Amino acid sequence: MATPINTGLEKDHLVHHDHVHDHDDHEQSFVSKYVFSMDHKVISRQFLITAVIMAVVAMTMSVIFRLQLAWPGEKFAFVNALLGDKWGKDGILDPNMYLALVTIHGTIMVFFVLTGGLSGTFSNLLIPLQVGARDMASGFLNMLSYWFFFVSSVIMLASCFIQDGPASAGWTIYPPLSALPEAIPGSKLGMTMWLISMAIFIISSLLGSLNYIITVINLRAKGMTMTRLPLSIWAFLVTAILGVLSFPVLFSCALLLIFDRSFNTSFYLSDIYIGGRPLDNVGGSPILFEHLFWFLGHPEVYIVLLPALGIASEVIATNSRKPIFGYRAMIGSIMAIGFLSFIVWGHHMFMTGMNPFLGSVFVFTTLLIAIPSAVKAFNYITTMWKGNLQFTPAMLFAIGLVSSFITGGVTGIILADSTLDINVHDTYFVVAHFHIVMGLSAIFGMFAGVYHWFPKLFLRMMNKKLGYLHFWITITMAYGVFFPMHFLGLAGVPRRYYTNSNFPMFDNLVDINEIVTYCAIIGALGQLVFLFNFFYSMFRGERAPQNPWNANSLEWTTPMAHIHGNWPGELPTVHRWAYDYSKPGQARDFVPQTVPLAEGEEDGGGH
Amino acid sequence: MNLLVLLAIVLLIIAGHQLLKIIELSRGLKKTKEWQVTDTDNNMMGKVMLAFMIVFFVFFFWQIERWIDRSLPPAASVHGKLIDQLWDANMYLITVIFLVTNFFLFWFAYKYRGNSKRKAVYYAHNNKLEMIWTVVPAVALAFIIIFGLKYWNEIMADAKDPNKVVVELYAKQFDWTARFPGKDGKLGESDYRQITGSNSVGLDSTDVAGNDDVLVKNEMHIPVNREIELNIRSRDVIHSAYLPHFRAQMNAVPGMITYFKFIPNKTTVEMRKDPYTVKMMDGINKQRALNGKEPIEFDYLLLCNKICGVSHFNMQMTIIVDTEADYTKWLATQKAYKTVAVKQ
Repeated sequence: MATPINTGLEKDHLVHHDHVHDHDDHEQSFVSKYVFSMDHKVISRQFLITAVIMAVVAMTMSVIFRLQLAWPGEKFAFVNALLGDKWGKDGILDPNMYLALVTIHGTIMVFFVLTGGLSGTFSNLLIPLQVGARDMASGFLNMLSYWFFFVSSVIMLASCFIQDGPASAGWTIYPPLSALPEAIPGSKLGMTMWLISMAIFIISSLLGSLNYIITVINLRAKGMTMTRLPLSIWAFLVTAILGVLSFPVLFSCALLLIFDRSFNTSFYLSDIYIGGRPLDNVGGSPILFEHLFWFLGHPEVYIVLLPALGIASEVIATNSRKPIFGYRAMIGSIMAIGFLSFIVWGHHMFMTGMNPFLGSVFVFTTLLIAIPSAVKAFNYITTMWKGNLQFTPAMLFAIGLVSSFITGGVTGIILADSTLDINVHDTYFVVAHFHIVMGLSAIFGMFAGVYHWFPKLFLRMMNKKLGYLHFWITITMAYGVFFPMHFLGLAGVPRRYYTNSNFPMFDNLVDINEIVTYCAIIGALGQLVFLFNFFYSMFRGERAPQNPWNANSLEWTTPMAHIHGNWPGELPTVHRWAYDYSKPGQARDFVPQTVPLAEGEEDGGGH
Repeated sequence: MNLLVLLAIVLLIIAGHQLLKIIELSRGLKKTKEWQVTDTDNNMMGKVMLAFMIVFFVFFFWQIERWIDRSLPPAASVHGKLIDQLWDANMYLITVIFLVTNFFLFWFAYKYRGNSKRKAVYYAHNNKLEMIWTVVPAVALAFIIIFGLKYWNEIMADAKDPNKVVVELYAKQFDWTARFPGKDGKLGESDYRQITGSNSVGLDSTDVAGNDDVLVKNEMHIPVNREIELNIRSRDVIHSAYLPHFRAQMNAVPGMITYFKFIPNKTTVEMRKDPYTVKMMDGINKQRALNGKEPIEFDYLLLCNKICGVSHFNMQMTIIVDTEADYTKWLATQKAYKTVAVKQ
């Protein structure tokens, strides 16, 4: 019987794992192996596949409303086929459904794909594997985390099929619009389901994040000091901390909204006359909601972005065959971004009637966050300098991420400046900005992660040529969708307009909207290439070797089999940082972390 | 027909399946695996990276060339001019950053594309370099912050001009009402419980100051070169008063009054003659002619810029900036609230 030697922190795990190692998983029933599994690798796959399905739904929604925006009033059989006669009568999108679609598109993308999907997949997969642990600190809580996520996904999707339609007050669900069923049909049952779904989502996120933090802090393998951790782990750790500190605030924010909606309290409501009668609510303020919402909402941006940046660090260093440039500065940047992300939320509220002096403070803090962000971008570029770049599909997406991070980041400098925000606040300029900097960067990071760690997820390789095709379609079409939106913003087009045709001043923008929609359709079809590659390779892809990318980090030292416990026998001992690529004096251009330092050899992490 | 389509799909699936089988079978025969990145791949992708950069930059300038003239006309307000200047300065700055950093990114991708004969340079950090690109952005941002906040404080300061025009913008689903104080120069108090069909903004009947207030819909007039103080209110949900031509915006929040002040410096008539506007309107009217619509003239607009319900996309009011004389004349023709209410 192989007795795994551990750092001594998971005694009860050992008992649990022992029989698994010897009998090669055969004793587990299908249900405990694939459904209610406590193995982080299985949970990671569950998150990923759920997120892929959610992403397809949200992307299809965007195609529907893009059709409406480019050709308002035109009839599309596609729209009718998907939405039926109620919401897509004669193939014309209903204006209430339009708002519902943008709302659910945003909600799914931000929370279910880029938070649950990204952190859920890669924190789960990589934290135990890269720190050298048998599993998460609590496999049970980890399992619960996925199943709460699953339930909240189901509720969110189910809300699309109810009589009055799903929530439609925008993904930021500002009350009173979201609080009053008289204000919009989506604020009836749809909003209730949205709130329940999000409450469950928050539970899932908290269970996951607590596990990630504890695992990184307590279950590192021998020799894996904090400054030997791959940057991906640093990013996941800080992300999890952000989640733990900010999601409870969203929970209280949502809870007060539930009170206002269902129990006639007045946290967010005051002096309202609607549906032909004055309401009794006095003394509340929607501004309070906005503060609470964005106290989560802004860290949320970095919850979405940091894991993607962490993945990019790994992928770029490995495929540049060079150490990541400025490892310690990268850690510092991650922590600075994490800290600052908590004191910038007010930049979403410059135009809300919040005290302008308060606005000034947020201008200052927000622009500060550009500094660590710039450091990160420069460090990625310098990592590529004089490298020997291996263009795996993952590497292409990581480079795409750096490009979109810069391209979308620079417009953030404009929007963070309250003076300049006055005229573009809530216009398409903002839509362009956050889709490029957050949406594209994070989804590129997610794709990079999938292509890079597919061998670890499914023990097979994805097709490279299809990966290339997928990347080039995606990046060209994504820029084709979001770059022109800046110009709509410059022309003063507000967000969330069902059509611009009621304003003659926007009549000359028709061709811009058409280009955007054409690119969105081609880009969406391009994702079929990925979906095929993903599901086909899962079952029929080529068998993966142990270390296909010649990488250093610990996950590539595990055998190519799904063992609960990750390493048969002893856990590895770590002797060096994760970035000894092309180190002079070495035979190969990579030195795994498990290789002891030679006499007189210095560790790159700065030990 | 349906059967034919079904048959075609089935055949396609069978063909695809056979093709995949051939590919799978041929895997074993090849020396390099499909997923392995070869020198040819690297060479190819490196070049495509460079090509993409060129296409990307060409697309960027093509968009500017084609679409920049469709941006909002130059600001028609005093503070708006400052915003435009600051905007341009910042825009040039970030355009340079955008071009330079993207250039290096894609250039390096091309230049250092992999080759099995080469080895990468082991280069882990350089404190001096990192210091430079921490300090340089910090200094640049300091300037941005200083100028931004200077203007912000001026724009957001309380209206001080004793000769200011106070206008209330009252938002509800889905229209705007503008309320001007009558001869007494004072807006009457309001109380949302007193809203009725004829008292749409909820004027407080106990406050006589409201009796001579003037309420207008669809179109409001303001005088040029005088400070306009907008008092913004909402009846139901959050709206946003967005006056893009004046570079003015502020949310309308139920339960509170929000403010925005500005000095319009071009009358509607002057703005219609502005060369930029003339050119822009030509473009708009050309497009309208193609769609078989009447040509239109330029007008200042108030839009709703915060999602507020199903007709959010159609909540507008025309704003006419008049000369002082025209404004006074217009205001005199408007009926006071009390007389209107009594009649109803």
